[in-house]
Amino acid sequence: MISIQTSDFDPAAEYAALRDSGAGTGAIATFTGLVRDSGDTQGVTGLYLEHYPGMTEQVIQGLIDEASRRWDVRKARVIHRVGGLALQDQIVFVGVCSAHRGDAFSACEFIMDALKTSAPFWKKEINREGEHWVEQKASDRERSDGWE
Amino acid sequence: MSDHTITVRFFARLREELGTDELTVEAKPGLTAGDVLADLASRGGAWKQLQGEQPVMIAINQAMAKPGSAVQAGDELAFFPPVTGG
Repeated sequence: MISIQTSDFDPAAEYAALRDSGAGTGAIATFTGLVRDSGDTQGVTGLYLEHYPGMTEQVIQGLIDEASRRWDVRKARVIHRVGGLALQDQIVFVGVCSAHRGDAFSACEFIMDALKTSAPFWKKEINREGEHWVEQKASDRERSDGWE
Repeated sequence: MSDHTITVRFFARLREELGTDELTVEAKPGLTAGDVLADLASRGGAWKQLQGEQPVMIAINQAMAKPGSAVQAGDELAFFPPVTGG
């Protein structure tokens, strides 16, 4: 399931929902991303996140489908927030249920890495001096390309 | 969306710097996404960045596309900077 939302999410509730994925599940891997104080600029006080409604959900569904072809995925959950976010706010959640830990870790990491370079979201950093659209990182492209 | 036009959408830095999130262009036989990009860039000013040094990503009907991809009447074409979510 995929949710793009302005509101916060509860990782404990998401984990509880992932546990309800059948007796074949033996591993759950989750990732949560937070707003950090340094990015392209220092002293970041918040972020603004924009997305392309419709395309975003289609791209993420494609990543879950791809992960399900490559690894054992019993259930997958992706939440991504948009709009204004404050320092240390939660931005993104990825959770994957698998039979074994290797598949859970790999599928979770793949979805997160590929999301960063293919899902149409854009971050604007806000600091005391103003606002700055974040540039895509070569390191993020390399991580994503590494899965091909 | 009329029968003879293509909707063009802009996001993030491009949306802000071009001062618009959406416009329409006339569909023509053989038109590609790259043709629309070049035509808009020829408006000059901020529009020149559509063919500048910074990469511009292209989507047609919400799927990633290339400059050579054909666009036709009723399509939704989108131009945006490389994505930075997560």
